[in-house]
Amino acid sequence: MNKILFKKQLSKDVYLMRIAAPMIAEERAAGQFIILQVDEDYGERIPLTIADADIKEGSITIIYQVVGKSTLVLSKMEVGEELPALVGPLGTATHIEKFGTVVCVGGGIGVAPLHPIAQALKNAGNKVIAIIGARNKELIILENEMNAIADEFIVCTDDGSYGRKGLVTEPLKEICEREEKPNMVIAIGPPLMMKFCSETTRPYEVFTQVSLNTIMVDGTGMCGGCRVNVGNQVKFVCVDGPEFDGHKVDFDNMINRLNSYKEIERDAHNCYLDALVDEKEAEL
Amino acid sequence: MSHKTIEQFSEEAKILIADYVTKVDDLKPKERTKIPPQEMPAQDPSTRINNLDEVALGYTMEQARIEAMRCLQCVKKNCVDDCPVKIDIPRFIDHVAHSDFEGAAGVIKEASLLPAICGRVCPQEVQCQQNCTVGKALKDVDKAVAIGRLERFVADWERMTGKISIPEIKPTTGKKVAVVGSGPAGLVVAADCRRQGHHVTIFEAFHKLGGVLRYGIPEFRLPNDIIDREIETLTAMGVEIKTNFVVGKTRKLMDLINKGGYDAVFLGTGAGLPVFMNIEGESLVGVFSANEYLTRANLMRAFDKGKADTPIYPSKKIAVLGGGNVAMDAARMSKRLGAEKVYVVYRRTEVEMPARKEEVMHAKEEGIEFLFLQNAKKILGDEKGKVNGIECLRYELGEPDSSGRRRPVELAGSEFILDVDSVIVAIGNSSNPLISQSNPEMKVNKWGNIIVDEDQKTSMDKIFAGGDIVLGAATVILAMGEGRRAAEAINKMLAEETYSENQKIN
Repeated sequence: MNKILFKKQLSKDVYLMRIAAPMIAEERAAGQFIILQVDEDYGERIPLTIADADIKEGSITIIYQVVGKSTLVLSKMEVGEELPALVGPLGTATHIEKFGTVVCVGGGIGVAPLHPIAQALKNAGNKVIAIIGARNKELIILENEMNAIADEFIVCTDDGSYGRKGLVTEPLKEICEREEKPNMVIAIGPPLMMKFCSETTRPYEVFTQVSLNTIMVDGTGMCGGCRVNVGNQVKFVCVDGPEFDGHKVDFDNMINRLNSYKEIERDAHNCYLDALVDEKEAEL
Repeated sequence: MSHKTIEQFSEEAKILIADYVTKVDDLKPKERTKIPPQEMPAQDPSTRINNLDEVALGYTMEQARIEAMRCLQCVKKNCVDDCPVKIDIPRFIDHVAHSDFEGAAGVIKEASLLPAICGRVCPQEVQCQQNCTVGKALKDVDKAVAIGRLERFVADWERMTGKISIPEIKPTTGKKVAVVGSGPAGLVVAADCRRQGHHVTIFEAFHKLGGVLRYGIPEFRLPNDIIDREIETLTAMGVEIKTNFVVGKTRKLMDLINKGGYDAVFLGTGAGLPVFMNIEGESLVGVFSANEYLTRANLMRAFDKGKADTPIYPSKKIAVLGGGNVAMDAARMSKRLGAEKVYVVYRRTEVEMPARKEEVMHAKEEGIEFLFLQNAKKILGDEKGKVNGIECLRYELGEPDSSGRRRPVELAGSEFILDVDSVIVAIGNSSNPLISQSNPEMKVNKWGNIIVDEDQKTSMDKIFAGGDIVLGAATVILAMGEGRRAAEAINKMLAEETYSENQKIN
């Protein structure tokens, strides 16, 4: 069983949890993810990237945004409670070596999985330029942590409430136009953001790696729900990924497939929210 | 076709048995072949398409005894020859004929560990029942002695009467065996190795045990209770179980041996990634592998719509591509999940279909439509990227191919559109890449299946493998057979090690 050791709300809907998982803490590498369930019989399997790990404490850190019923239930769990199921580390670890200059672009919650990768790249001797962005100041996470790693650090918000006003693709483009082009870009965030980062770097022929979070059931190479088109091949995010060459990913199809259950999930979420309201009212 | 209830079958059987019960030992072969074959009672199709309860209800005691009396007790036992685990079939059947069900269970257990499961899911018509003398005499394989149904009856009787015995465990050897995967192969290895006194740990990636028995085969064909009981037996035997543990990820394979102190590892990780058709439109919304669809419905309980958090696609008109058991399971499950129209699209004819006959029959009774000699050419989608049809082609059978089955040949210009909103692809699996990915020294064939010798030993020291990871997509009983062989080899290897260790000490 995996006990929740620490919990902190990072922004309105974003939470950080440290969870006891000693073996995963030892084996995990940057870029890998876990799958957890909030109920062993009826809970869904939620894939979440490992944001950090502490071998000594025997814990892993996850950062997640409340987007539906399961993440809402997770956010209501408290320190000391145990998760009924947690498995990992899954997926292929990020390939780390000294590339030269690497631009690490994180959008919203995507900064969480980006952080350990940026750290590993820095440790490997790369110059790290970090760009993090969100809709508004509230939603910026891990700013200090990223700033501590980065040789150059840029924050953007869509509404200009903090840092530079605009999308992360703008500074990314400027960096690509520099005399010394970056050697590599890593972009992690919402699918649309990764798509546009890839489109931004394409004309400059800067290799751009993205980390995909698709629909997934088992996460171990059995169900095939996570398939994406990369180049002209079908790839499976859980075993071939989660990282792929952003210039080759068919984002439009991926985004479309991500929405397969949107209506059902929205209904389930609303239904659960209604039930919570009913409970509260009953208590009153 | 009118549906006969279990009560009706029971009444008929009671009348029949009165005729035979006194002369069970004196029946001549001719008399035996005249006994009417006993049909399997089943839930009414119109009821069962709305529930997940088991379809086949099992023989009544009288039915079982009558069916058992049909067995000729042949000297040359074709049935045993054709059984992958060599159950002494005539002997167990003779016990059933004499109402000695405990004795029958004992005979089966000598060779098979999981009769309640095999009795339900084995393709008996191409195994033990295929060359049954009774079937031959009546010139109809469907009239062979219903060995599978009798096996199931005996196993169920044992379970219902609480007479399941915990096998004897030999004194502790101090040796440790890791079993990776809790599907049919792994369960058999765990039991067989534990019986020899070794410490056994099962590592399962999912949160629940049973592998394909749970995530793949629906409850209407194999209820979870039955899997649970088998696992309880293993736990009672002292087998250690670790769920949510992916060998190759949570721990590296070699670390089990080098750091975990395991003396042998059995890999029964099962089939892997689903194979797709490689046709246009397969990434549209509404196209699923049967693995995904069934895992959502079975393991993740999506059938329980109010309770389960895992969603399932709200299909109304669905096409299942393929003709095996998995295709039947997916088609019948989608019907139970509310699909109004379910097609099974298969490019050969019913004769070539690899699915169990009983499943095909049940599927037909449930209103599944079979489109034989047809195949999907292209999946069509609407402006939102959702499936709204399949372009199909018609086929005819040509010359036999390498598998001995007549090769389907497409009829040019025969395209037509099938109106569906979802497609389930059930044409097989490739291998699971997790182990071979992280252990490049593991020898695999061109499909990624692990290569083993006649003892199920892989190219890596102390590591054995069996089931679908070796065979590709095969059957439960073949996986069990491989597990049995692997366990025997592991036990032998460990016994030899213990012997030589003792020699050194002395």
